[in-house]
Amino acid sequence: MHPAPSVIAFSTFSGLGFGLLFWLGFGVPAVSGWSAFAFFTIAYLLAVGGLISSTFHLGHPERALKAFTQWRSSWLSREGVCAVAALIVMAVHGAGLVFFDASWQPVGMLGALLSLGTVFTTAMIYTQLKTVPRWNLPLTPVYFLSLSLAGGALLAGQITWGIVLLIAAGAVQAATWLLGDKAFKQSGTDIASATQLGNIGQVRAFEPPHTGTNYLLREFVFQIGRKHAQKLRVIAMSLMIVLPVILLLLPFNHLLAALAVLAHVAGVLTSRWLFFAEAEHVVGLYYGKR
Amino acid sequence: MTTLPSATGKKLGLVIDLDTCVGCHACVISCKGWNTENYGAPLSDQDAYGSNPSGTFLNRVHSYEVQPAEGHAQLIHFPKSCLHCEDAPCVTVCPTGASYKRVEDGIVLVNESDCIGCGLCAWACPYGAREMDMEEKVMKKCTLCVDRIYNENLPEVDRTPTCVRTCPAGARHFGDLGDPDSDVSRLVAERGGVDLMPEQGTKPVNKYLPPRPKDTLPEIDVLAPFLEPVAQEPTGFLAWLDKALEKL
Repeated sequence: MHPAPSVIAFSTFSGLGFGLLFWLGFGVPAVSGWSAFAFFTIAYLLAVGGLISSTFHLGHPERALKAFTQWRSSWLSREGVCAVAALIVMAVHGAGLVFFDASWQPVGMLGALLSLGTVFTTAMIYTQLKTVPRWNLPLTPVYFLSLSLAGGALLAGQITWGIVLLIAAGAVQAATWLLGDKAFKQSGTDIASATQLGNIGQVRAFEPPHTGTNYLLREFVFQIGRKHAQKLRVIAMSLMIVLPVILLLLPFNHLLAALAVLAHVAGVLTSRWLFFAEAEHVVGLYYGKR
Repeated sequence: MTTLPSATGKKLGLVIDLDTCVGCHACVISCKGWNTENYGAPLSDQDAYGSNPSGTFLNRVHSYEVQPAEGHAQLIHFPKSCLHCEDAPCVTVCPTGASYKRVEDGIVLVNESDCIGCGLCAWACPYGAREMDMEEKVMKKCTLCVDRIYNENLPEVDRTPTCVRTCPAGARHFGDLGDPDSDVSRLVAERGGVDLMPEQGTKPVNKYLPPRPKDTLPEIDVLAPFLEPVAQEPTGFLAWLDKALEKL
């Protein structure tokens, strides 16, 4: 799959933002006044910034409001509804903390659950696609949620939770890579099932339908990422998990914490890039490509 | 509404005969022509006369080489367009309701004025039947020539999808696959028509007729070299001509 920068940025930053909102909803850290303002600003910049960047890949962003209508069937629509609901509810909770020094617990918890729900619905957009076997795994939502919770804990300054959740997210990431590598083969879709010509003999794509390229090949058959996949996996894991955990284990220092956050963000961006670049769409089979 | 209808009145679709298709791409051209000049946004091309041309097509013809365990490889031309699936994953993923499956005849369409161009429906389609138009920034797909098949301004013979009307080999058939007695349904039953990627669970309406088994040459007798040659030395006028030409 083509790793569109807007979608990578969106899922990384909004994942972190909603992760931080989740912790803030549960009153962790217990902030109020100006410090609450600072935390909420960071969370909203990440979450809203991510959402806005996701509209950059739309052909007609001016019609984006229509995307709130089909929540009955569409995970993308549910994501939009959930995100807006989470942002509104958390804004109420944040206003209580910042302006009234009051923690309205039920509002916060509802906002926290909606924030987590937004990350879940984002993950389901990819998980639901049978056409991309690497994504069509129950582990995909776990991957998104575990990284969001761990990143949120990191931003919320939760050292113990941060370490535990980062290690858990690292384990989930390793598992998604391991299972993902086998997914295409296990899906049972191959050039024989695509063409239904396998009962005659060995099928080979002889000639594509056109001399140039097309939308399908640009969007779905992206092979550059796979060349360095193993190296990038090591880089992603080191930056996203190993380095932040080591930095959190050292005696607390704001500079080290900031470094841990930066390393984590860079690692998640790499991991998310791989999430797209390594994913293979079954339509490639019709072109004799993966 | 992007939920799928539980049942459709008809199941209009195509039956494509892989035994007959000669790979001439006439269906591709007529499709591009009709759907550029009629319903919806035109099918644009980018850099059409330059070094890297590409464009939007609703129908494309692939060619595959199939090598049987024994004997010669076969070349099979393989036209592919929207299969108007009963369980169309492209419809349910649409966030705006732009994609829908018609209750009356099962045709899957895009309401272009509602399409935000997110591309998710193309991601959900295993067949590559949807292409984003780079000029209009909306999703394009086969309409089964909905503006021809019910069009009373056209002569009756033309009220079929333009690809079917154009095919010089008669490799494409159009009809109601929900009616077991229709010509297309009988053809599918007779020839063992198949679904593409059945494991994807999309339940395509369009069916593909597999190539018929190739016939083989009768075996030549091992004693053939010892048979008397059929060709004799020429006699009469031909013998004279042969000698005369020999001497020249």
